[in-house]
Amino acid sequence: MPLVCLEIWEMGTLGSLWLLARKSAIGALFGITISDRYLTISPVRGNSMHPTFAASSTTFPGYLRGDLVLIERFCLHDFKFCNGDVVIFLSPSDHKQIFVKRLIALPGEWVQVSCDAFKVPEGHCWVEGDNSALSWDSRSFGPIPMGLIRGRVTHVIWPPHRIGKVERKMQAGKFTQ
Amino acid sequence: MTTGRFYRFLHRVTVVPWRSIAGEALDRVLLVAKTVRGPSMLPTINITGDIVAVERISPRWSLITAGDIVLLRSPENPLKTVTKRVLALEGEAVTFVVDPAKGDVVHTVLVPKGHLWVQGDNIYESRDSRQFGPVPYGLIQGRAFCKVWPPENFGFFRQKM
Repeated sequence: MPLVCLEIWEMGTLGSLWLLARKSAIGALFGITISDRYLTISPVRGNSMHPTFAASSTTFPGYLRGDLVLIERFCLHDFKFCNGDVVIFLSPSDHKQIFVKRLIALPGEWVQVSCDAFKVPEGHCWVEGDNSALSWDSRSFGPIPMGLIRGRVTHVIWPPHRIGKVERKMQAGKFTQ
Repeated sequence: MTTGRFYRFLHRVTVVPWRSIAGEALDRVLLVAKTVRGPSMLPTINITGDIVAVERISPRWSLITAGDIVLLRSPENPLKTVTKRVLALEGEAVTFVVDPAKGDVVHTVLVPKGHLWVQGDNIYESRDSRQFGPVPYGLIQGRAFCKVWPPENFGFFRQKM
């Protein structure tokens, strides 16, 4: 029986199939590595970042209207971020959900919450959605550990009329030194 | 004749970069061996840093239970990885001695949703949930299940409460 297998392997069709399988396995590995370490593409759903990303519902026909964004993960090597960066992070209350929000304050900085100031503790950051009326963010769950951050959103790549860089934006009055 | 074919087949199998594929797969999904330094896990893991085998499947599949030793990103410094033991899961109440060196003041805390309570085995010299509170599940990198080095201490970690 193994001899028969060998005969078939040596023949053209299955030989090229084997080559194809080998190439796709290697390709998949390269893809996974790149998407895990360097760059990845992801759809954005929901309303919380509305002026920056298109609002879309989270159920099936609606979320096709959402934006596709490019996410870079180089920033995870040293965890250096700037105020106003748009980041993706794992939800602190459910690690299977990924949120996209704007970084408002870094460790050691002060943020204004309703009427009192709050100091962001070491290793944490303060994130808020651009659409503050419809966003579930640090105002509800408090500062998040920076270890939950999984990447920085740099560009919108789909739909075509919205292609462009995601600007670093500061919210006036939110942040006090 | 057949041996020639066999060797050709063998050659085809060996030209696949199995080593890098296996390395990637192991690093990403299954197993990494890492040294753990510091006094916080003292009776279980030595101060100089033992090499432990870590699997990364249980955190993904939410299989972490109380008593497991986990590697997690420190909530106070995202570049640092610390090793602690999980004492309580979400929704459980945990009672702990605030500072065992100074007295036996006891606090009871309810672990919020999506969080874990982690503590070092050496309660006198460990910076853990007693200082920074419950940690989000998303910070967990893997579960240490086996001590690999030094060889005389080789063995699987036992659940300890």
